[in-house]
Amino acid sequence: MIEATALTKDYGDKRAVDDLTFTVRPGIVTGFLGPNGSGKSTTMRLILELDAPSGGDVTVNGKHYRDHAAPLHEVGALLEARSLHGGRSAYDHLLALAQTHGIGRSRVDELIDLVGLRDVAKKRAGKFSLGMGQRLGIASALLGDPSTVMLDEPVNGLDPEGIHWMRNLLKSLAAEGRTVFVSSHLMSEMALTADHLIVIGRGRKIADMSTHEFISRASGNVVRVQTPQAGELEAQLVGPTVTVKTLEPDVLEVRGLTARQVGEAAAAKQIVLHELTPQQASLEEAFMTLTRDDVEFKTLEREAAAS
Amino acid sequence: MSGYAGVGTIPRLAHVGKVTQARVALSEWTKLRSLRSTRWSLFAAVLLTIGFPVLFAFVTSSHWGSMSPHDRADRHPLDIALAGVAVSQLAIAVLGVLVITGEYSTGMIRASFSAVPKRLPVLWAKAFVFAVVTLALMVPSVLAAFFSSQAILSRHDILQISFSHPGVARSVIGGAVYLVLVGIFALGIGAIVRNTAGGIATFAGIFFVIPPLMNVLPASWNHAISKYLPLESGTQLFSLTHDSSSLSPLGGGLVFVGYCAFVIALAAVLLVRRDT
Repeated sequence: MIEATALTKDYGDKRAVDDLTFTVRPGIVTGFLGPNGSGKSTTMRLILELDAPSGGDVTVNGKHYRDHAAPLHEVGALLEARSLHGGRSAYDHLLALAQTHGIGRSRVDELIDLVGLRDVAKKRAGKFSLGMGQRLGIASALLGDPSTVMLDEPVNGLDPEGIHWMRNLLKSLAAEGRTVFVSSHLMSEMALTADHLIVIGRGRKIADMSTHEFISRASGNVVRVQTPQAGELEAQLVGPTVTVKTLEPDVLEVRGLTARQVGEAAAAKQIVLHELTPQQASLEEAFMTLTRDDVEFKTLEREAAAS
Repeated sequence: MSGYAGVGTIPRLAHVGKVTQARVALSEWTKLRSLRSTRWSLFAAVLLTIGFPVLFAFVTSSHWGSMSPHDRADRHPLDIALAGVAVSQLAIAVLGVLVITGEYSTGMIRASFSAVPKRLPVLWAKAFVFAVVTLALMVPSVLAAFFSSQAILSRHDILQISFSHPGVARSVIGGAVYLVLVGIFALGIGAIVRNTAGGIATFAGIFFVIPPLMNVLPASWNHAISKYLPLESGTQLFSLTHDSSSLSPLGGGLVFVGYCAFVIALAAVLLVRRDT
């Protein structure tokens, strides 16, 4: 369980995290979604107290991270920035972390096997590929059997097999009752793994809801109808909260009503329907809709288009 | 590269202990011994501490016959025995800086502070482990340097000095203690500066640039101030003779310990306050 209240962080004049209030609950995968530079990594650093907040507060399992007797048992984190000495072997890296909590060598071996680094465990971690580095990061995160697992962009650098493994890992960690908090700038990845989403842009919270609700809210009630009596149906449906757009002579897009309402209205007037389809936006579209007013996000888009 | 283990089998941990100072010290020992750069720096320090006096003694012994009386008078057996200290202090200082800046430059510090978010136990453990390791290596090294250089100079009675001669044992062991303190000082500088090049430059500035600059001061100021500088006060730990322009071994040693304590205290305050 992670609880943030009015969490704020300034770096000089720049506000990286702006008045964030949210709760990350156990037993589900919570996605932390936002464009690059929106404050996700900073928020995670504030949770671990690597950085001190400029305002507000954040606790893990009811206490400041610093006040836990066995921090690695509370939160296991994989940060986006590389957090290991390249001159040390994977095994020694994990061992040094384990020893701070009196965790034995057998646990280190167990995790090296879990992430599939057995063959390279004694090699210097500086020579690891990005994917191998990510897996070592996962091993460090799980070392203390944490009740909260916090991963910043965990699929970065993973091959398709690794991505698949990561999705399953996140789900099984949540199924075990752990709190799972995963950041990503990839909406499609979150759609596949996250049950709940916290969306931020420019350090501010934009949305905090289930993934399902996020998509349906952003897409609104849009229904595609195909009927030979298009004019008749349009006259029947149009109202103050309903708009109808003619896509083709016999195809309408109805905004503001559910498929069920459209179907019932048609039946009442005995209008023949050939197609009645609720339109669901993809998570990408939902994300675009919600961050449309976000100035910095638009700037990023322009920059991306220009480059 | 082996494949991934099946998921759904994330092993639980039967027992998780609390973070204690002793456990953090064990962790720091693992970190120190598992880096090649540490092993090389320490090896270099041992080699220089012993090798320089041996070389110096050989050269002195073989050229003794052709040296002027003035040159001969300049050769003191203890200076020869401890000639390596002035050189190996650089290896020790670089390692002291690296012990902490190496974590910042690689990002390891984030892992270290995630495991020990109270942070100070990491600083204490680093200083303690580094001091113990340096002491354990440098005491035998200075003893080896003393006895081997004496053995090489055995033909020249005037260059023989007994270990039990007043001040000799203190000077020889003082050389090792000085190196340990230099390491602690450098570690503190590293923690304050958080950058390897900057840390080494700061150390070199304090130890090797400021002392000669003192000569631009009026002689009476120079005389009053210079003996309190870190290098000058620390050097008294392994100097056999002292006069009005220098502090006593105990006085100099205490001043130097004071500098180390100040640097480490400042490092501790900044470590807790600053973002990582």
